[in-house]
Amino acid sequence: MKQLLLKALFAGALLILPLGTAQAQDEAGHEAAAEEGHGETPHYPLKRPQQLDWSFAGPFGHWDLGQLQRGLKVYREACSICHGMRLVAFRNLEDLGYSEEQVKAFAAEYTIQDGPNGDGEMFERPGIPSDYFPSPFPNPEAAAAANNGAAPPDFSLLAKARAVERGFPTFVFDLFSQYQEAGPDYIHALLTGYGEEPPEHIAESIQPGTYYNPYFISGPALAMPPPISDDQVEYTDGSPQTVEQYSRDVAAFMMWAAEPHLTERKATGFVVMIFLVVFAGMLFVVKGRVWANTPH
Amino acid sequence: MSGHSSYVPSKGFMQWLDARLPLPRLLYDSFVAYPVPRNLNYAYTFGGILSLFLVVQILTGVVLAMHYAAASGLAFTSVERIMRDVNWGWLLRYMHANGASFFFVAVYLHIFRGLYYGSYKAPREVLWILGVIIFLLMMATAFMGYVLPWGQMSFWGATVITGFFTAFPLIGDPIQQLLLGGFAVDNATLNRFFSLHYLLPFMIAGVVILHVWALHVTGQTNPTGVEVKSSKDTVPFTPHATIKDGFAMMVFLIAFAYMVFYLPNYLGHPDNYIEANPLKTPAHIVPEWYFLPFYAMLRAITFNIGPIDSKLGGVLVMFGSILVLFFLPWLDTSRIRSTAFRPIYKIFFWILVADCVFLGWLGSKPAEGIYPALSLAGTIYYFGHFLIVLPVLGLVETPKKLPGSITEAVLAKNGGGQTPAGATAAPETKG
Repeated sequence: MKQLLLKALFAGALLILPLGTAQAQDEAGHEAAAEEGHGETPHYPLKRPQQLDWSFAGPFGHWDLGQLQRGLKVYREACSICHGMRLVAFRNLEDLGYSEEQVKAFAAEYTIQDGPNGDGEMFERPGIPSDYFPSPFPNPEAAAAANNGAAPPDFSLLAKARAVERGFPTFVFDLFSQYQEAGPDYIHALLTGYGEEPPEHIAESIQPGTYYNPYFISGPALAMPPPISDDQVEYTDGSPQTVEQYSRDVAAFMMWAAEPHLTERKATGFVVMIFLVVFAGMLFVVKGRVWANTPH
Repeated sequence: MSGHSSYVPSKGFMQWLDARLPLPRLLYDSFVAYPVPRNLNYAYTFGGILSLFLVVQILTGVVLAMHYAAASGLAFTSVERIMRDVNWGWLLRYMHANGASFFFVAVYLHIFRGLYYGSYKAPREVLWILGVIIFLLMMATAFMGYVLPWGQMSFWGATVITGFFTAFPLIGDPIQQLLLGGFAVDNATLNRFFSLHYLLPFMIAGVVILHVWALHVTGQTNPTGVEVKSSKDTVPFTPHATIKDGFAMMVFLIAFAYMVFYLPNYLGHPDNYIEANPLKTPAHIVPEWYFLPFYAMLRAITFNIGPIDSKLGGVLVMFGSILVLFFLPWLDTSRIRSTAFRPIYKIFFWILVADCVFLGWLGSKPAEGIYPALSLAGTIYYFGHFLIVLPVLGLVETPKKLPGSITEAVLAKNGGGQTPAGATAAPETKG
């Protein structure tokens, strides 16, 4: 019977296998395409993102508040010119270690359209903490028209909406390593991936007005020009003012924006796991007692 | 449930109630005194686990529905409000989404347990058919639930799956329009899917009651496949099965909690965090993992068969793969219930398991290159198992010798000839 249970578990494990494959492309084919690229349609991205160490990874993951604050600064001074973040409210910024007063002051720097007032007119007023980050364009069509036909995606969920397929058997290992940082890894790789010369056979397929980036998930080049350069955003905490550092910080910030309850979730999970394991252990002991004199 | 009731109501209110509505008696007979074979292994715990998950899904779902807005312009944002602003909303939603996956993990193990131990054979045909109906209802519920967050995969998955119905001549298009409430997936579709997604779980609960009723009439199978012959073969449900099921539930919940708290998006698709856009088709439209074997069978038919074009052929094969399960009790000609005593069938059973996993893998692959041919091979084997292997093997296979009774098998395994003490003794008197 134990053997059967093992077999059943094994079959269960096998049944679970295809799920990751759903997101996994043939890794071998993937790399061959990246290197050769001739003949068949190449698989994108041409290069896999580098896997970084994030403070919020793993079962005891937590935010690095300094990093999130730097990421907010990068977003505000560089990204927010084109990218909105419509699901995040100013009040949420208290999660980043700011006081209520600081959040009020921060919100007041934005101009929010409100209304209609008693006269039926729309009017503008300074932002308050319950307002959401205003989007830079009135609608996706305007955003696309201003950006070479490609609307810059909203940042609210981007860190969960982008993931490079992991391939077999990596996705199985991900179950045990709890890898959930494909989004920030991808964002960091994309932001630092500009500036390479495209290989010749790829250069032909790059549309004018797009920028070669081997880490881009759905083509050889994207409409976004290199969005940030060294020393563009001033850091006051002594962190290096490099594209590399900006990319890490803004990627971490975007992970927070996409999953604000991430650390709360993991902390709760730890307590729940302890409870379940202890309770299961107690049930196992009682079960042994109940069945002790019943051969089965 | 069958046989005499051993319920003795305590004096006063319980006696009064028993004479008017014997509900406590029904519960006592079904979940306390009900005799279960003493040799059930952990493969028999998934029924309890499934009941637990039905309750988890309904409870989390009812609360989620209080915060969800079923309108195409609001749905996506309302789900994000649940994730961000509703107290414990992130937990409810991740439990509900991952709960669907774990529901299917448990139901697949439960079905394969039934296949292995011949749980579909006489006199349990109705029990089995009710189970297949529950499985179909689960698939419909899961599919409609996946549409509700109104992400890219929600929208395009709904477009692809409702498109199946157009394969049927004449009635196909009207059926599809009725499902969609229009000519394309839109607000009307979302509204009716939400309504049905709320309704179907209660229908599942209803069929589950029938399923348990049928189970308690015939009694459970057991790993030997030999029917219960005397009270020595059984133990009372409580405490024996209660505690064993409880332990199995906790182990299953540990795996569930691990996914909910540490890998909540592992089983999902990143594209579903992009709001539905009817003008932009995702690069690959993939269903949830639990539909992948059926998706592979759908796409395996790439050629016309006489008047049946490839699209209709694929749809018929996909529906047929579940339809064939209804006839399983009559397709299996072997009189031996448990695969443990069928050496050749045991091999075929594990090949079938491998074939289903193989089809699942193929379902995740694009329909190009060698994959459709492999899918066709896997599909042919799937049907071959039920339509050829099962009927023929039952007639030609020589089974192993069956034990005389459950108790005999148990004692042989435990290596002693002593009388089984304690099978009916009260547990609290034991050391």
